[in-house]
Amino acid sequence: MSSYSPENLSLAESALMGVKEEPGQPLGVFFWICVGWVGLNLIGAIFANVLPLQNPIYGNYNLVNAAPSLHHLFGTDDLGRDIFARVVYGSRVSITVGLGSILIGYCIGAPLGMLAAYRRGRFDAILTGFMYLLLAFPAIIATIAILSFWSPRSLFKIIVVIGIASVPLVYRVIRTATLSVATKDYVIAAKVQGATDRRILMKELLPNIAPIALSFFLIGLATIIILEGALAFLGLSVNPPTPSWGNMINEARTVLSQNIWLALFPSLALCLFLIALNFIGDRIRSHFDVTEVKL
Amino acid sequence: MLRYLTKRVMLLIGIVFVISVGSFYLIHLLPGNPATVILGFGATPEAKAVLYKQLGLSKPIYLQYFVWLGNILHGNLGISFISQTTVASVIRSALPIDLEIIGISQVFAFAAAIPIAMRSARKPDGIVDRILGAGSFTLLSIPPYILIVVLVLFISIKLGVAGTGPSAYVSGGSFFTNLESFSLPAFTLATGSFVIYYRVLRSDLIATLQEEFITMARSKGLSQRRIMWRHAFRPSSVALLGAASVNIGGLIAAGFIVQYLLQIPGLGYTLILAINSSDFLVVQGIVLTVSVLVVAINFFFDFVINVVDPRISRE
Repeated sequence: MSSYSPENLSLAESALMGVKEEPGQPLGVFFWICVGWVGLNLIGAIFANVLPLQNPIYGNYNLVNAAPSLHHLFGTDDLGRDIFARVVYGSRVSITVGLGSILIGYCIGAPLGMLAAYRRGRFDAILTGFMYLLLAFPAIIATIAILSFWSPRSLFKIIVVIGIASVPLVYRVIRTATLSVATKDYVIAAKVQGATDRRILMKELLPNIAPIALSFFLIGLATIIILEGALAFLGLSVNPPTPSWGNMINEARTVLSQNIWLALFPSLALCLFLIALNFIGDRIRSHFDVTEVKL
Repeated sequence: MLRYLTKRVMLLIGIVFVISVGSFYLIHLLPGNPATVILGFGATPEAKAVLYKQLGLSKPIYLQYFVWLGNILHGNLGISFISQTTVASVIRSALPIDLEIIGISQVFAFAAAIPIAMRSARKPDGIVDRILGAGSFTLLSIPPYILIVVLVLFISIKLGVAGTGPSAYVSGGSFFTNLESFSLPAFTLATGSFVIYYRVLRSDLIATLQEEFITMARSKGLSQRRIMWRHAFRPSSVALLGAASVNIGGLIAAGFIVQYLLQIPGLGYTLILAINSSDFLVVQGIVLTVSVLVVAINFFFDFVINVVDPRISRE
């Protein structure tokens, strides 16, 4: 398979095509800042209802479209709701959909990809052909289509639809990564010693593809969060008044000239979170010297 | 080449078949009787009869597919129950807007990405390359629905540039009218594409520039410009075309988003309006058209890549 056939590229994977850096490049300070930022977002999302935040759904009609102040750190929206609280609560939807979908993708795609690359033969040929057929589908449009017909919409359905759409992508990344290590000497040595297939898969192959798997996990997570935001922006994600970063930006759309804070803060939260995820994923890849030739 | 092409055409037919089954089945994801959901409870028996004939609803489901497919192949996508016009005409009037926005954006994306990637690849890890790398990495994390909001906020609202804001689009007119209202959408799409093309072309050019034939060209004393365009860009353009091919699906979806914000009546805005008013046959028609279009464009790019680099079909 040539490295540049169109099937071998995708929006998410193009992120992996970074600079070819020195092997074992140190992770650097910015990497840990990004890890800290992602951690902070996760804590905020998990403990949103324990933290001393204002009610994200309660609207104070005496104070609509207010600028940031000490009482409302990020100001208030067009219904007088505290934007800071809504941004923190909004991360819940993005992170839940992102993690849930990518986990579905990995639970189905990763074992299949490893098995196909290890076994080869007809099993691999049929499965890979099928996955490439799915990949030819414009996934975003299929997602919009299914979510618009499969009513009523719920968080669970969104996660399932995006999760299944991510299976072929995960499958391809894991399969290609496994292929590149499955022919290494230490794997053949383990086979000669009579190791069981299960042992080879778990002890020889899995640790060696783990960096790529982790790197793509983070970049895939970022891609899905962008997709969820797009769905929310189009009004196809969770229903209001539940806040999500995407639907906050959508609400800001109609009051742009009166209230720039409502557009600014969720956008900033989303972008910073995405930059952190992409950077961590990219740095892990270069730290373990995974060049794009192997992908 | 011929064998390769036949294989690709077979694959294309397979994919289009799967897409058609998927689009057909969408109607059956609706809860309850499709006819009632599509037409609403107050529908006349005549309207219901037309829909039953269109979708073959009285037949078993596998026969319904063939009835539906037969209609589609005759260009009959059904009737929008909101506007009472045919779905085909709705799509015919909306599609050119999408194509125009995407076309303009791609011209700009390529015009920017190719020279900038060459500049970057000339000195990898130099100061220019590092700045561009960090910049493109940041842009990669800015989704189109944020970029367009920021652009509208600053250019249409703060600076007050006429014709760029929401609902500035005037329907009717030729290719050149409404260029102002297309400028922000096209710029948003161009930015997203530029980042991808830049990164792909840059890393491929760096690899190509290490090949022996480049050293050969340098030792002949050819100019830097000639080496870049004639010797390095031609093999690397395959990677660029591949990236463009994969990008097209995301591009159409991003186009939906910018149209929705600016209320430009392309396929995206029409689609969202149809979803919100439960006009399901329009949704189905647009989904089918766009999916087939994306697959066809991918196929076309694949063909062009083969023309540029015939080695691929011989593998």
